[in-house]
Amino acid sequence: MVETVLFVIFGLFALAGAVTMVWARNPVYSAMGLMLTMFSIAVFYVSNSAHFVAAVQVIIYAGAVMTLFLFVIMLIGVDKAETRSENLPVQRPLALTLIVLFGAGVVVAGRLAWTTGVRNPLNPVNGTVEAIGNELFRRWLLPFEITALLLIVAAAGAIALALFTDDDDAEVDA
Amino acid sequence: MTVTPGWYMALAAVLFVIGTGGILLRRNALVMFMSVELMLNAVNLTFVAAGRQLNVLDGQVAVFFVMVVAAAEVVVGLAIIVAVFRRRQTASVDELSELRG
Repeated sequence: MVETVLFVIFGLFALAGAVTMVWARNPVYSAMGLMLTMFSIAVFYVSNSAHFVAAVQVIIYAGAVMTLFLFVIMLIGVDKAETRSENLPVQRPLALTLIVLFGAGVVVAGRLAWTTGVRNPLNPVNGTVEAIGNELFRRWLLPFEITALLLIVAAAGAIALALFTDDDDAEVDA
Repeated sequence: MTVTPGWYMALAAVLFVIGTGGILLRRNALVMFMSVELMLNAVNLTFVAAGRQLNVLDGQVAVFFVMVVAAAEVVVGLAIIVAVFRRRQTASVDELSELRG
């Protein structure tokens, strides 16, 4: 019963946030809508007993990633209004048709089967830090280490992108 | 009335379709990027719901890895957007049409 109420309330929040993100003219409103959606999804993680993932969702997505987005919006500036007119003549109707077709495809696929595979007869999952840690550091140790490498490379790449543009400009100017 | 994992997957599908719409309809690179994040989140919700349905933790581990990769992707993508903005003074993908034939 509690889960149904939570699902309805936060489902509406998630949908409202998503639509706001796509619809809003101001990128700051878009970011706020996305943040609302991400918080709602964190609530869904909790109702699916994925507690660790829910905490990570709030810390990384709603915290770090959205802060990064807001910083970039601040750097770029929001005063330049996006023109809503479309340069390509058939882009809008084509896009809407594709969205509708894609949604219909998802619905059809969902009516066939939401999940395939064998249901594990053991206890229901409980995504505590201990359980996730046991999985990560036993079965998924190598992928875990590779993601660490990936993060280092991404950070170095971002710094390189931010650092070397000025040098190139200076060379062009000179 | 109990909430089955299928409900969560249906909601995730709707969120995914909204994200697709954002990519197809918007011209602001930042908003398009946020739409990608929304699609990633929708898929994460599907993973968690499927893991609950099948009683396995693999779904949550998959979400963990998707989040790490998405964080790396956000860092590099936003750096590229800022670098492009420094040169062109715009974040609109319509004005970045150097490669058109």
